[in-house]
Amino acid sequence: MTTAPNIIPDFDSGNPDRTLAIICSKGNLDMAYPGLILANAALGEGITTHLFFTFWGFDMIIKSRMEHLQFSPAGNTALHMPGHDLHIPQAVAPMMTGMATKMLKQQIADIGIPEVPDFLDQIVAAGGHLWGCRLSADMNKLTKDDLRDDVEDIINASDFIEMTDGAQLLFI
Amino acid sequence: MPVIEIAGKQVHVNEEGFLTEYDEWDEDIAQVLAQQIDVSLTDEHWKVIRFLRADFATEGESATTRRVQTVGGIPVKEQFALFPKKPAKKMAYIAGLPKPKGCV
Repeated sequence: MTTAPNIIPDFDSGNPDRTLAIICSKGNLDMAYPGLILANAALGEGITTHLFFTFWGFDMIIKSRMEHLQFSPAGNTALHMPGHDLHIPQAVAPMMTGMATKMLKQQIADIGIPEVPDFLDQIVAAGGHLWGCRLSADMNKLTKDDLRDDVEDIINASDFIEMTDGAQLLFI
Repeated sequence: MPVIEIAGKQVHVNEEGFLTEYDEWDEDIAQVLAQQIDVSLTDEHWKVIRFLRADFATEGESATTRRVQTVGGIPVKEQFALFPKKPAKKMAYIAGLPKPKGCV
């Protein structure tokens, strides 16, 4: 057996100043996850990560709402039973949202993905920054006290633009 | 797969340098792997590494930071302090395991 020269992974490659800013604008349970998953992945790669919650996405950081995000099949033509191609009816029957939410939560839990508040805890523990949107706060008649304690501040659109100078942006 | 020498032992690694054979790893090798990526191993590091090794043995997959917290009991914040910047990859590397496949 011939021995090759040593190989050491280059964990320091990539731009050390890389910053990712994710705008979370949706409050449906299914649409809360893409931003959280990408933020978590970015943090795990050593990338500075900001999450800005605006409009419906504001529900993700409102203490009284963040545990109750819902999922509706209405209008979602790509909804199938897990493992099947069969479409799920989109007509919103009574209780459909509740049932669909329960089902989605179970599917998410089954693959070891945390619920939204728990996921945000993890993102903050990994060094992520959470920001609330001024307009959404005013519109909803909410203050910083209504938001998760780890939301750093409520900022306006200009603050956000200024803060994310040079960052990569994702709008979800 | 290249074979390289670490701590006087020949081990199989992938193109990035991650060990590919679970049984070729030992604690002397871990010391060298850690050194190579500027991590000095303390008891806290060993706790993570031993969890990763044991978990891989039963699951066949490297634990993600999430799993190291929920199953291994080591908070994500601590993992970032112990293995700065890229905890999941660094701890898997030192534990002689592949990079985690899971997203979360």
